[in-house]
Amino acid sequence: MNLKGKNLISITDYSKEEYLDILRLAAEFEKNPKQEILRDKVVASIFFEPSTRTRLSFESAASMLGAKVIGFSNPSATSQSKGESLHDTIKMLSSYVDIIVMRHSIEGAARYAAEVASVPFINAGDGANQHPTQCMLDLYSILKTQGTLENLNIALVGDLKYGRTVHSLVQAMSNFNATFHLVSPNELKLPSSVKMHIKDANLKYEQYTNLEDVIPFADIIYMTRIQRERFSDPLEYEKVKDSYILDSAMLKGCKETMRILHPLPRVNEIATDVDKTPYAYYFQQARNGVYVRQALMAAILGVK
Amino acid sequence: MTKQNKKELVVSAIENGTVIDHIPVDTVLMVLSILGLDKYEDEVLIGNNLNSKKYGKKGIIKARNKFFEQEDINKIALVAPNATLIVIRDYEVVEKKFVEIPKKIEKILKCINPNCITNKETIETKFNVIEEKPLKIQCHYCEKTMTNIRFAE
Repeated sequence: MNLKGKNLISITDYSKEEYLDILRLAAEFEKNPKQEILRDKVVASIFFEPSTRTRLSFESAASMLGAKVIGFSNPSATSQSKGESLHDTIKMLSSYVDIIVMRHSIEGAARYAAEVASVPFINAGDGANQHPTQCMLDLYSILKTQGTLENLNIALVGDLKYGRTVHSLVQAMSNFNATFHLVSPNELKLPSSVKMHIKDANLKYEQYTNLEDVIPFADIIYMTRIQRERFSDPLEYEKVKDSYILDSAMLKGCKETMRILHPLPRVNEIATDVDKTPYAYYFQQARNGVYVRQALMAAILGVK
Repeated sequence: MTKQNKKELVVSAIENGTVIDHIPVDTVLMVLSILGLDKYEDEVLIGNNLNSKKYGKKGIIKARNKFFEQEDINKIALVAPNATLIVIRDYEVVEKKFVEIPKKIEKILKCINPNCITNKETIETKFNVIEEKPLKIQCHYCEKTMTNIRFAE
């Protein structure tokens, strides 16, 4: 594997083979997550907007590999609040650390910061644009539960218009001959720019408004939250807000091997009675994030 | 001098340099600025609303002792896709060049996404051309694709 020094900003930055390399390495870390292979490294974890899972997962991944983690999760405590540009913050930080992990609320901030940085860079989310490590952990979770990434029926449910995790997953799974089943209210259909990836790969997709239609044949049901703030008309939101609540009764007749993923946080779209079923995988999915991020940092820092 | 000769001399001939012909009448000044001719110190002749057989009306720019690389010419593709550049040496036409839509467009456009980093910090914009006709471009930074373009002020 030669990903040494290779930034990860967007899901398209890595090839299919490179994803697979990372997923193989993540499996190794899952077996043996505590190795001191980054003990002489310093990781910057800089979060310009709040995040629980992603930040803690990165920091936990780095700590388990023996790296020192510096950074912040509250930008108001940094010199950005004094008006320092992102350019200057990153330039300065580059001289202190071996790798930078950054989340920012502004789209394109990651690509720009990576161009300014003199050390490797991982995007932990830039506004509504990209969140490639979430996509990697989604792929890892699919691979782990299905034994393959090829030829799967992937049902994507909820807010397909604005959900960046859905967009990245469609892009990534288009490399693996997936069939996509798109379940959403009419207002929140997958944008045509994202459907283009499916068409470009000559793959099939179907659109649905009823969640129950896809349950019998889905290999993966990827649930997302419908966000109230996306609707200009509150009545429209009221109409659809409860349309996609998955409960355990609905799962009768699903494939034995089907698994439910969710990028979390969940609100009410998966009833808690699903948690106890063998189909629920969202909490393990979040845990997989640690191994995938270990694999990425180790590969990019050239120690694996 | 015949009437016909006088008509041709509306914009006088140049000894050496480049004639940019077939510019849409509303983008002549933009072409001038994109090619840096608004700050060029040698002679620049501009004609606008001239009759054109092909396009009805057109603009024309003549820049004395100025020669362009293909890369520079392509920068005007978005505002003058049908422009022709005629290279003149010793009053003779030695070459004709046509504009091509470049694969990358730098500096001259503005990203339409208000939450793009290029609209927040002082950064030169970059766009990748995804489709030429109709034009579809993607911001190098925020990755937003767009079909309507906006020029930087």
